[in-house]
Amino acid sequence: MEEDYKVIDNYLMIKMPVEVDHHKSIDISKRADRYIVSKNVGNVVFDFERTTFMDSSGVGIILGRYKKISCFGGKVYAVHVGSRIRRILLLSGLENIVELIEN
Amino acid sequence: MIEVTEKKDYRLVTNEMRLEFAAVSDNEAFARMAVSAFIAPLNPTLEELSDVKTAVSEAVTNAIIHGYGNQGSVIDRVQMNCELRGSVLMVEIIDRGVGIEDVNRAMEPLFTTRPEWERSGMGFAFMEAFMDDLEVLSEPDQGTLVRMYKKIGLGSWIVDEE
Ligand SMILES: Nc1ncnc2c1ncn2[C@@H]1O[C@H](COP(=O)(O)OP(=O)(O)OP(=O)(O)O)[C@@H](O)[C@H]1O
Ligand SMILES: [Mg+2]
Repeated sequence: MEEDYKVIDNYLMIKMPVEVDHHKSIDISKRADRYIVSKNVGNVVFDFERTTFMDSSGVGIILGRYKKISCFGGKVYAVHVGSRIRRILLLSGLENIVELIEN
Repeated sequence: MIEVTEKKDYRLVTNEMRLEFAAVSDNEAFARMAVSAFIAPLNPTLEELSDVKTAVSEAVTNAIIHGYGNQGSVIDRVQMNCELRGSVLMVEIIDRGVGIEDVNRAMEPLFTTRPEWERSGMGFAFMEAFMDDLEVLSEPDQGTLVRMYKKIGLGSWIVDEE
């Protein structure tokens, strides 16, 4: 799973799993924070290409990383956002802090 | 309050199942799969399936992390009751954990008692958005019952017409 995390320049790219729920979220947040601190990364990109399911735990992951990096001017991005994930982001108001990247 | 004492009128019930599983996070995915399999004969659309899976995932996660305290344990139990009346699904998720003091407040979007566990307070809002109806019964130290309804198969007649 380490290969799902890549640092490119000042960006941490995270390939999100097929299902993003509470069970998976604890590990994702922990790994992401390790990269953010040890590699001193400013921005985080969440890649939802594989993701077919996400509940509020995914909202927590995104918001949590945003809080960690935004005070240093960092930003949070999302790629491969399908209609389902988009709806979750909209309902939770995350569209204001997550920049969607068209593929 | 969590004991269901009312006598059920089975004349309208077309299918029913009851599950009890350990309050551990592995079972969040299990509960989603179980409810998906239960409604599969109704030919739900992909969206209906996602809606039901998300709502069930929210309620089960809440039972584990809030009801039983973050990790949950193998001796703590979550109950899932599903029932069909024709094409209307009813799901109940029940825990016997700490309960909720103020249900109305808990159901407000963005309200969470656990920001330190990265909860965002969207669980009940998602259940409300993705299901047709939502009821929450809870009492401190007794536990919580979440009951949700959704009509399934709204897509099937569209397919029929093609
Ligand atoms: N089964 C439960 N037992 C005890 N308390 C609960 C239960 N379900 C919900 N709550 C309480 O209601 C609050 C709101 O729940 P909700 O699911 O909306 O948000 P959350 O779980 O805090 O965050 P999120 O679902 O976005 O991760 C919780 O913070 C918790 O205090
Ligand atoms: Mg919740």
